[in-house]
Amino acid sequence: MSLVQQTEKQNMRAWLLAEVPTSRHHARMAAWYQNWLALKRNTLAMAGLGILVAVIIIAIFAPILAPHDPFTQDLANRLKPLGFADHLLGTDSLGRDILSRLLYGSRITLYIVTLVAIIAPIMGLIVGTISGYVGGWVDVVLMRITDIFLAFPKLVLALAFVAALGAGIENAVLAISLTAWPPYARIARAETLTIRKSDFIQAIKLQGAGPIRIITKHIWPLCISSIVIRVTLDMAGVILTAAGLGFLGLGAQPPSPEWGAMISGGRKFILDHWWVATMPGIAIFMVSLAFNLLGDGLRDVLDPKESGR
Amino acid sequence: MEKTGGQLQLSIPPIATKTISTLFTIVITMVGLLFITFIIGRVMPVDPVLAIVGERASQAQYDEAYVSLGLDKPLLVQFLIYLNDVFHGNLGESIRTGMPVFDDIKRFFPATMELATIGTLIGIVVGIPLGVLAAVKRGTWIDQTARFVALIGYSIPVFWIGLVGLLIFYGILGWVGGPGRLDIFYDDVVPTVTGMILIDSLLAGDFEVFSNAFSHIVLPACILGYYSLAYISRMTRSFMLEQLSSEYVTAARVKGLSEARVIWQHAFRNIGVQLITVVALSYAGLLEGSVLTEIIFSWPGIGSYITTSLLSADMAAVLGGTVIVGLVFVCLNVLSDVLYRLLDPRSK
Repeated sequence: MSLVQQTEKQNMRAWLLAEVPTSRHHARMAAWYQNWLALKRNTLAMAGLGILVAVIIIAIFAPILAPHDPFTQDLANRLKPLGFADHLLGTDSLGRDILSRLLYGSRITLYIVTLVAIIAPIMGLIVGTISGYVGGWVDVVLMRITDIFLAFPKLVLALAFVAALGAGIENAVLAISLTAWPPYARIARAETLTIRKSDFIQAIKLQGAGPIRIITKHIWPLCISSIVIRVTLDMAGVILTAAGLGFLGLGAQPPSPEWGAMISGGRKFILDHWWVATMPGIAIFMVSLAFNLLGDGLRDVLDPKESGR
Repeated sequence: MEKTGGQLQLSIPPIATKTISTLFTIVITMVGLLFITFIIGRVMPVDPVLAIVGERASQAQYDEAYVSLGLDKPLLVQFLIYLNDVFHGNLGESIRTGMPVFDDIKRFFPATMELATIGTLIGIVVGIPLGVLAAVKRGTWIDQTARFVALIGYSIPVFWIGLVGLLIFYGILGWVGGPGRLDIFYDDVVPTVTGMILIDSLLAGDFEVFSNAFSHIVLPACILGYYSLAYISRMTRSFMLEQLSSEYVTAARVKGLSEARVIWQHAFRNIGVQLITVVALSYAGLLEGSVLTEIIFSWPGIGSYITTSLLSADMAAVLGGTVIVGLVFVCLNVLSDVLYRLLDPRSK
């Protein structure tokens, strides 16, 4: 690293750690940097983040990283053990390379997680903020609906939705989102109730802002941090539910290399060919553990009063 | 509550209104629950008749179902008919078993309850001491281990750990019984009383059946118990930390009480009521967790019932099972709420 680069980096750091921000952008950047430094000290959270980054890279470069085509069957070499020929993790009941299927499967997992992480919190935000901001009977009705959804066990409700909608990845995403939104609505409502009466909202109202502008421009941004923590913590559960639906044959359909479906495919051979079902389970475990570790760390940084729970 | 009549009258109304509003909440929640299952069953499928009678049904069966479902009537009327049916224990007929869904569920439910109960017991017996220990030894390796144990519990797919458990303890070591509730030659040996084989076999005094049933239940129950203990230990820890940092604990220590007495007699007694709620929630969670566990262990419970019905497109059975599990969920929540109010003097 040249001297110029080094001083530039130090200047950047000094700018980010400045006691008195010079602009709104500066203040925001400084806050982000402080949080990042706090998160960086948490080894387990960084391990989680590392795993997730690795999974994203794997998903992007799956075609380059995979030693074989994940769909090519080779019945002569079915159920081969670990390290057979160039099959590092062996082959499944149709002779497909398990490692390649795992690498491609990360795409499906991330696809499901990303969609649920977008759909469910947005549903929750809309319901929760409207409920909290409008109040009155709208609040009562919306919160009752939220409670009813919370009263259902998630997996069973998701099963019923998939039963009605039909099996498939998109329907699984929809079913999981429909079961996952209520906690976000609760959080968003609680945040809205505390913000609603504050002076700055009154000030904006006096400037003539309508409810939609107030909710989307001023209340939503303030709900984000608590919702992000909750989303990160929930993602492990989403992965497990998605894998469970896949395992039951209700999520991704064959021959798609979805991890839950791969476990289900290896279930028949568990006693004689253990690796077929075991390997995808380790992949699911790693990713959901990573989300849990990161979520725990984020909660410690962003929400100190809840930490240690 | 005071002795004079006037004050007594004053203090009753809040309790009465509270009871009424609680009952109202329960009723609304249950009707809402049924409304959701109604929507799932009647509105979401492209053809609800086909979803109920299945694709192999003849035209006559189809027409019969169409009329018996009342699909020619307005949606609201349909829903009221559905509500009326459910309150009379009529959840429709399963096309797979050919029996009323309600009877099927009565047959399958005890197996799930047996599994979830033992799982929760394991969670209580291991989870609570682990949580207390983690709180007392905060920041030490014991705390870290407890945290890690819980994190792993939150991250492992239950169906996968079930398979691996079967592979190791049944396939390789041969320590436990395989899938199912009993070995096949013990089937129907003891008369069904409660539907829970462990209890039925004890009632019949048949210890051979008991030990066989035990060898079958131990692995799935331990797996569910692990999930339960992950949750219970975390919550216990956080409740205990709250107590241990309060002033009365410091006061007790200053008085020179032994550490064990401070922890168990003073701090722990104060979290008892909160723990009841946690245990009830964890029990409800296990009823749900048992869906996938039951599949792995071929356990003939409600989870197996719902999923096998689902795979044979038996919509009435799926929705009936969903309704029952939902209702049990609500009841457990209400029960824990009521216990909380009864046992915690602060809420009076």
